[in-house]
Amino acid sequence: MKSILEIQNIGKKYRIQHLAGGYLSLRERMVSALKFQRNEAEDFWALKNVSFEVQPGESIGIIGRNGAGKSTLLKILSKITPPTTGRIISRGRIASLLEVGTGFHPELTGRENIFFNGSLLGMKRRAIEAKFDEIVDFSGVEKFLDTPLKHYSSGMQLRLAFAVAAFLEPEILIIDEVLAVGDTEFQKKCLGKMENVSKSGRTILFVSHQLGVVSQLCRRAILVKEGEIADMGDTLDIINKYNASFHQSTGFVRGHQKRTDIFFQSIQLADRSGTSRYNFLHHEEMILDLSVFSEKYHSMVFVSVAIQNSLGRKVFTTERPLEQFYRPGEIKLRVELPMQFLAPGSYSVYAAIHVPRTNTFDELDRICDFTISDGGSEFAKYEGAWFYGDVFADCKWESHY
Amino acid sequence: MTESVEYSIESSGRKLFDWKELWRYRELFYFFTWRDIKIKYKQTFLGFLWAILQPLMMMTIFTLFFGKALNIPSQNLPYPVYVFSGLLIWNLFSSGLTSASNSMVNNALIIKKIYFPRLIIPVSSILVALFDFLMAFILFIGILIIYQQPVSWLAVILWPLAMLIGIIATLGLGSWLAALNVKYRDFRYVIPFLVQVLFFLTPVIYPLSMLKYPILQYMLVCSPMYAAVELFRYPLTGITPDFYFVGASLLSGLILLLVGIFYFKRTEDFFADFA
Repeated sequence: MKSILEIQNIGKKYRIQHLAGGYLSLRERMVSALKFQRNEAEDFWALKNVSFEVQPGESIGIIGRNGAGKSTLLKILSKITPPTTGRIISRGRIASLLEVGTGFHPELTGRENIFFNGSLLGMKRRAIEAKFDEIVDFSGVEKFLDTPLKHYSSGMQLRLAFAVAAFLEPEILIIDEVLAVGDTEFQKKCLGKMENVSKSGRTILFVSHQLGVVSQLCRRAILVKEGEIADMGDTLDIINKYNASFHQSTGFVRGHQKRTDIFFQSIQLADRSGTSRYNFLHHEEMILDLSVFSEKYHSMVFVSVAIQNSLGRKVFTTERPLEQFYRPGEIKLRVELPMQFLAPGSYSVYAAIHVPRTNTFDELDRICDFTISDGGSEFAKYEGAWFYGDVFADCKWESHY
Repeated sequence: MTESVEYSIESSGRKLFDWKELWRYRELFYFFTWRDIKIKYKQTFLGFLWAILQPLMMMTIFTLFFGKALNIPSQNLPYPVYVFSGLLIWNLFSSGLTSASNSMVNNALIIKKIYFPRLIIPVSSILVALFDFLMAFILFIGILIIYQQPVSWLAVILWPLAMLIGIIATLGLGSWLAALNVKYRDFRYVIPFLVQVLFFLTPVIYPLSMLKYPILQYMLVCSPMYAAVELFRYPLTGITPDFYFVGASLLSGLILLLVGIFYFKRTEDFFADFA
C-alpha cells in the first residue's frame, strides 16, 4: 500500500533576531538600512533532516523533551508554517488539532461557537448540522447552548471544545498535547473516541508528554531530539529509550570494605534478560540482584528489601532469612519484583541485613532510583493529572441488591 | 471519500493563487463574516441600527457645519443628499480598510493554530463593511425619497460598479496593510491617520471643482476612492465626471489591488511565525 504521508528531509530554520521589543519595528529596520548594516540574526534549526513515512490507518506517537521540535513538526504538517527544506507528500486530507477551541469567542453562544470552531477545523456546514446533536450530547452543555460562552465555566468551555474536535473525520488527524487539560472523566471519554477514530482506519499523529496515553493509542513512535529523529520504532521500546535518556541512575556498589560481618556488596536492578536498567514499564518484570557478603554464619539474620516511593515511604517489604541461602563468602540473591504492581512513578530501593528488633548489620536507604512508566494501563488517563496511588490493586466489583 | 487528494507541502513554489483551494474553503468566508457581524452588534441595545445611525449622525454634523455654516457647494444636490451619498461609499472603504488592516493581528491566535487560506480573513472583514453598507443603503433610499431626489436609471449599473470599485480599493490597500501590520506593528498607528487624510483627499464633503489649482485636482484623482464616489453620485447629479480623472483613479485602485494581494500572498507563509 502507498503510504499516506511521506515526510522527506524536512528542515525548519528560524532566524533569531536580537530585538528589544519582540517584534520588528519599522524604525529599527530603517535605521539598520541607513547604516548599511544587516540585522544581527542567528540561524537556528528547529528541525533537521526529518524523514519518515506513515501508512494509512497507522497511529504514530511523537515524543521528545520540550523544545525538541515536536510542535514545529506538527505545525509544518498542518501547513501553518512552511518547511525551509524538504517536502511532504500527503495523500489524504489533514485536520490538525493543535489546540482545542481555536477561535472560540466569548461573546458568541455555545451554538454559534460550535459552528465557527467546527468550520475552522475543516468541517463542512452540513456535517456540523448533521452531527450537531451528537456534539451537544458529548459536551453535556445542552442547557447553556444559547448562553454566551463568557458565562461558561472553564470546564464547560473545554468540554464544548473537545466535543467539536471529537467529531472531526479527516483521513489524517494531527493532535498536539491537547489531552493534558480537562477533567479526567472527560479525558477518558475523549480517549475512547480517539481510539475509535484510529480503529476506523484513520491515520493519527499524536504528540504528548503523557507516555501512557501514547502507548495506549499508538503502536509506533518517533523520538525527536534536538530537531532530529533520534529513534523510531515500537512505542514501548521508544518510551523506554526516552525514559532512559532522562534518568541516569546506577545501582549500588560498595566502595570500601565494611567492618561488620555481613554487608551488601552490590545491588542492581535489571530486566528479564539481565541487562541493568532503571526505567521500566508498569507491566515489565523487574529483577533485583543482591550481592551479600558474609564471613561467618549468623542465625536469625534477615535480608529485607523494600521499595520506597518518591516521598521515601516504603510501599512494601519483602524478606527472607539469610540461613536459607547461606554459604561463606559472597551470596548472590535474585528477587523478582511483581509486575503490574507498582504504579507509574519514581521509586527507590531500601535494603537491610538485620536481626529483627535486635541488631542491624547493614542498612541502605534510597538507593537504585528507578522509574515506572505507564505502558498503557487503564489508569493512563490520569497521567500527570491525578495521583491514584503507589500500587495497582486487582479488586473484584459486582453489583448486589 | 473516493476522490483522491494528493498534494505536497514545500518550502516555496506555492501557487500565487490557488483558486481551487479558496473554493474549497468558501464556507469560511461566510463563517468569518457571520462571526464578525454577530460580535460587532452583540450586547448592543440598538444592534444593527448602529449601521444606520452612524452615517446618519455624520450626515447631520456635516450638513450643519459644511452645508449650512460654510455653504459648501454640492453640485446642485441638497447638501444632506450630497454628503450622505459620499459618506455611504466612503464608509465602505474606511471601515473595511480599518478592520481589514487589523484583521490578521486580531486573529493571530487562530492563524497560529489552524491552516486555511489567509486571504479569507481580510476579505471577510471587508464583507462585514459591505453588510453595514447595505444597511445604510436602505436609509439612503429613504433619504432620496424624503428629498424627492430624481435618480437616473444609470444607477442600476453605476451603484453596483461604484461598490465594486470601493471593494477593490479596500481589498488592495487592506490586504497590503494587513500583511505589513503583522510584521511591523507601526502600521497600527498609521492606519487611522491614513484613513483621515484620505477622507479629506476624496470629494466626500466637497466637490472637486472647489479646488482652484489643477495640480491639487490631479493629486486627488489618484485616490482610488475618487472614481467610486464620483460614479456613485453621477446618477444623482447628472454631471459627467472627467473621463481621465476617473481613469486615473481606477488605475490606481487596480495597481493597489495587485500590489496588495501580491505582497500579502508573498508574506502569508510566515504570518504564523510573526503574528
